[in-house]
Amino acid sequence: MTIVSPVLIVGAASDIGRAIAAEYAKAGASLILAARDVRRLEDDAKDLYYRYKAEAQLVECDILDAAQREALVGNMTEVPGTVISVVGLLGDETIAWSSPAAANQIMQVNYVAPSLLLGAFANRMAKMPGACIIGISSVAGDRGRKKNYTYGSAKAGFTAFLSGLRNRFGSSELHVLTVKPGFAATRMTQGMALPSFLTASPEQVARAILEAHRRRKNVVYVLGVWRWIMLIIRAIPEQTFKSMDI
Amino acid sequence: METIASTKSLIARGAGRSYGDAALNAQMTLLMAGSSRILFFDDQTGRLTCEAGMLLADILKVFVPRGWFLPVTPGTQYVTVGGMIASDVHGKNHHGAGSFGVHVESFDLAVSNGQMLRCAAGENVDLFNATIGGMGLTGVILRVTFRMLRIETDLILQETIRASNLGEAFDVLERSLSSTYSVAWIDSLAKGDRLGRAVVFTGEHLAAAELPKERASTPFKSSQHSERKVPFDFPGITLNRFSVSAFNAVYFASRKPGRLIVDYQPYFYPLDSISQWNRIYGRAGFVQYQVVFPREGSREAIAAILRRVSDYGVGSFLSVLKLCGRQRNGLLSFPREGYTLALDFPIRARTFSMLLELDRIVDDHDGRIYLAKDARMGARMFERGYPRTAEFALVRQQFDPSRKMRSVLSDRLGI
Repeated sequence: MTIVSPVLIVGAASDIGRAIAAEYAKAGASLILAARDVRRLEDDAKDLYYRYKAEAQLVECDILDAAQREALVGNMTEVPGTVISVVGLLGDETIAWSSPAAANQIMQVNYVAPSLLLGAFANRMAKMPGACIIGISSVAGDRGRKKNYTYGSAKAGFTAFLSGLRNRFGSSELHVLTVKPGFAATRMTQGMALPSFLTASPEQVARAILEAHRRRKNVVYVLGVWRWIMLIIRAIPEQTFKSMDI
Repeated sequence: METIASTKSLIARGAGRSYGDAALNAQMTLLMAGSSRILFFDDQTGRLTCEAGMLLADILKVFVPRGWFLPVTPGTQYVTVGGMIASDVHGKNHHGAGSFGVHVESFDLAVSNGQMLRCAAGENVDLFNATIGGMGLTGVILRVTFRMLRIETDLILQETIRASNLGEAFDVLERSLSSTYSVAWIDSLAKGDRLGRAVVFTGEHLAAAELPKERASTPFKSSQHSERKVPFDFPGITLNRFSVSAFNAVYFASRKPGRLIVDYQPYFYPLDSISQWNRIYGRAGFVQYQVVFPREGSREAIAAILRRVSDYGVGSFLSVLKLCGRQRNGLLSFPREGYTLALDFPIRARTFSMLLELDRIVDDHDGRIYLAKDARMGARMFERGYPRTAEFALVRQQFDPSRKMRSVLSDRLGI
């Protein structure tokens, strides 16, 4: 299936956002890159132009701010054919336990804001042939664990939101894709000891997304092994799970 | 920038392909490899501006299909542009094109107080010349502008010439000065009359008009070479005088004299197609030893080194001899007019004592050791080999009085 341009990437200054922009530019798409600080995108846009002759329009938007979020959806002169949300914040779990403000921010960034944004775009893109909405969720949303359940619960909400959106538009032109990267080697995880066979590079994540987009997949794990790991983790009885340290 | 201003001691690290301790600092090592964006390219003049962490392999992938090549390339493409400046790398065309620094128009350098300075031949020129070959000790290179070389095809017309001893190898290299590229591979274990027997490779970029028929319509086929991997560390015993000498014998016998059209990838980067090739040296690893001598005394000095190596029987797998052109602007830049010899040795108990003997030969013949490859020389060898260290120290005093920019290498050599 074809990719419909322009492709809007929200959270484009992140490592995965940059890799996705490069992958779509390589595939010939025209881009709209959105980030909180548009200056961080200027050199990216040059790079995309000199490497791939790709045109990229830059937009400044903090999607935590309702007014800015609505402006992003409403002010688009051309409705994007593809919208990809890479917005996310891992945060510090132990701080979130005692700070409602920190927990709230994790929930806003990973669930509330991206869900509202993609929901609003879905309404505008519903009748567009070949349109696609892509949300980067997380394997952490498959089951809450003590190490990151604030983040995980927000991602679980986002995964459920995307699932419902896909169901709602199931018989229409609009496709919804949920991506669960597993571990990814980015600035967000820098310094963590991640096992290499479970860890994808941003480029791997980006390639998997484009591939899944082309094939109109519904839910993809970037590294297939994660599907099985999470299957097992979900199958553990709660009585056992609650005393486990994973 | 804030990081640079607020930290006490740091060094920038590119792709980590220096052989020694140049890109290590116990307190802070800045990883530059993620900064690899192309910021400007003029397809008329070949002027390219990119971030310093951009890999040479990445540049080749983007620009070779468009008819542009690096003006100077080292023997691996897995180095960054910033690293190429810090080591002022040279290639097989040094006798004509000089080192990489010659082709650099300008760069942005973050100095110790966090300030960013544009450096060029006409702007902050002292800092410019100190940074080229300066091993990252003047600051952190952020962005670089340099000129690419126009090519008509991605092929090389290679000529192979055999030399049965060192004298002949020198003669062939002297005669090859009009070739764009020239380099000699030496059999470091050959003795007696055959000491320094070599295969000399010269090369020219193939012109479009010279393309063989089957490639006439595709001057750029951008060979995405398949990468083979050395899957494990070879046992230490694998490399001994018999295996190395067998390898060398096969290698020299199989290089047929004459002309051949070859892809640019295997021509410039023969080892890049085998990733982690260093593992053939086993867990103990290996050391590189690259020296350059003034042209007049070169023959005697290099013969002395090869005799010593051959006597020791610690075979150097890859031994490369090259005639360099004149010294350029970099204060601590390695290449100078004369012959350079690069050797590598598996680490054994006796390797280091042999290297100390080689040091003495280098010192006696006014030679110098390449910093990017060194892991073990002493401060005295360094100072005697690099006559412009005092000028370098002055520039450093001006821009980094507290000597914030430092590495294990600079501490070892007292730079």
